[in-house]
Amino acid sequence: MIIDLFIPCYIDQLYPQTGWNVVKILEKVGVTVNYNPQQTCCGQPTFNSGFWKQSRELAVKFIKDFPHDRPIVVPSASCGGYVKKHYIKLFEGDAAMQSECDRLARNIIELSDFLVNQVKVLELGASFPHKITYHDSCSSLREYKLKNEPRQLLANVQGLELVEMEENTTCCGFGGTFMVKYVPISTAMTQQKVENALRTGAEYIVSTDSSCLMNMQSFIDKQNLPIKTAHLADVLASF
Amino acid sequence: MSKQSHQFLNDAQRVAFDLEHRRKIKFNIGKYDLAVEKGRERYSHQPLAKQRAAFLKRRVLNRLPELLEELENNLVRNGAEVHWAQTDADVLKIIGEVARREQVKCVVKSKSMTTEEVELNHFFESMNVEPLETDLGEFIVQVAGEKPYHIVTPAMHKSKEDIDALFHQKFKTPSGSTPQELTAWVRNFLRQKFVTSEMGVTGANFLVADTGSVCLTENEGNALLTASLPRIHVVIAAIEKVIPSAKYLGLMWPLLSALGTGQQMTVYNSIFSSPRKPCESDGPEKMIVILMDNGRTNLYADHHLYEALSCIRCGACLNACPVYKNVGGYTYGATYSGPIGSLITPHFKGMQAFKHLSFASSLCGKCAEVCPVQIPIPDLLLENRRKSVESGCAPVGETIMFNMATLVMKRRALFNMNGNLKTMVSGLTMSKMLGNQKKFPKFAAKSFSVQWNNKR
Repeated sequence: MIIDLFIPCYIDQLYPQTGWNVVKILEKVGVTVNYNPQQTCCGQPTFNSGFWKQSRELAVKFIKDFPHDRPIVVPSASCGGYVKKHYIKLFEGDAAMQSECDRLARNIIELSDFLVNQVKVLELGASFPHKITYHDSCSSLREYKLKNEPRQLLANVQGLELVEMEENTTCCGFGGTFMVKYVPISTAMTQQKVENALRTGAEYIVSTDSSCLMNMQSFIDKQNLPIKTAHLADVLASF
Repeated sequence: MSKQSHQFLNDAQRVAFDLEHRRKIKFNIGKYDLAVEKGRERYSHQPLAKQRAAFLKRRVLNRLPELLEELENNLVRNGAEVHWAQTDADVLKIIGEVARREQVKCVVKSKSMTTEEVELNHFFESMNVEPLETDLGEFIVQVAGEKPYHIVTPAMHKSKEDIDALFHQKFKTPSGSTPQELTAWVRNFLRQKFVTSEMGVTGANFLVADTGSVCLTENEGNALLTASLPRIHVVIAAIEKVIPSAKYLGLMWPLLSALGTGQQMTVYNSIFSSPRKPCESDGPEKMIVILMDNGRTNLYADHHLYEALSCIRCGACLNACPVYKNVGGYTYGATYSGPIGSLITPHFKGMQAFKHLSFASSLCGKCAEVCPVQIPIPDLLLENRRKSVESGCAPVGETIMFNMATLVMKRRALFNMNGNLKTMVSGLTMSKMLGNQKKFPKFAAKSFSVQWNNKR
């Protein structure tokens, strides 16, 4: 099977190693990874800020960058959920573009969803001898509707102990530009999220979304807290 | 930045790190969460009930004009007086004229957000009429000189110790009184007021079109007394409260209780259809219903946002919202706080002044998840954001920033600029962007895309 890989801008710019871990996992399960190095960003930041004209331009580029009718695997439920659910709204009244959006919505698939439900591989042979807690990103939980898939994959990692934190369905305070526009609210939310994670005694906070992890890591770094963040792919690629 | 937006940021900054506030809200919402969870278990399939309620409310909105006319005709036939008020000023003009005509000196009020919307207490005070809140929570905030903190639990921000101290100071109740003792004191105080007031003002939880009725739900019996004992009963009702028939109350009342407080049913549920009839021994001589628009038709006219008018004011989205929990009810600076407040306030009070509320959300989606009538609040907040930008309300700096970002994201070559350079530039320009409790992340020296080109 050939898949197209979509590396969200956060991973591309801040955490490229996570991108390589995704490639490593996909190759391990026997798929051929096609990556178009021209791709950039899906446009969610502009959309969430109300700038539809700009979002439309980025969506047009995204559609051009992903021209095939085959799975587009993305290690982010947030970007995946955005393309799936909101692209179509950008092209109201434009049937041709909407059919392109339909093609993307049909094909785009988050990494753990792809592994568990499409290629049906639960065990990758990873070993990660650490205590971790799992952070459900809001977009994965409530927009993409993903809860069990990442946990199923983590349950098959050797040596890994998953401890759920209190209030594990509460937002970490990221919210895109919310994090910048409403610093005090975002920071108060992040503080409580990280406190809940620390109380589990976990060494790592693991999530499907680098954006949440980036937010929590920025707080952890500044406060020098004894916990780290890791993308699900970073854990699953430990083989 | 609007005055309101500036105030919002200042208040948010102050409240978000007030640990005592955090503790009280966590305690009170924690109790609510447990009750709601039990309430959910009483349903064999609560999602289905929500789906039916959502469907009903959308159907109502599709036929709103005709249902309102039917309601008016039936209310008038029952002997009630009906007024239409387009603005808050219209509501005050109508009720002010009634109060003058009837020589009203004291008004008892049951809990109602519409009366908060028009600032009725303030208006009555200005015309030397004494307004008195009779819902315990509303009474507490009135005594404290405050506004409701929450649309269902107005005194949520106060602990029992706070209330004891407040009553001791204002009414000389013994210091260290228990909640039971304080409640008994208020009950005794209010009973006399119910008997002597000339006017009782209530809102409406539902309006029944086919019988011409006003429905109220409450836990203390004070609304029943407010509507029955004074000579005049005035109802200030929002137009979207209408439902076609009383048969839907069997669905809506328990759902409102289940999400509002976690109760199976609130304690008192009353239906008022007319003033006292000649054959009846009690009840008000006059029943006056004011049907209020006050910005609702702005929402109604929009083919996405009209769904916000499905709201039954259960308050569940406030209790679920991490932003509400951290900034509290007052920071919103509006009658309706929390997610639903952020959604409707810009349309009630002006986009320019209140657009910031639509942006003050991480779009986490918990509000939509708990909503009994399935209002897609995050999607509608996004719609507000779009409207704000497209009507020219976006700050110039932000527009420039997004235009530049779009330009960069459309050209991979720009996106591939050396990461160390980006870290340096962002360190100079953006290091303070995340505040002093978060550290701005470092860019990787080479993007994934560059690395891919090099390796493959």
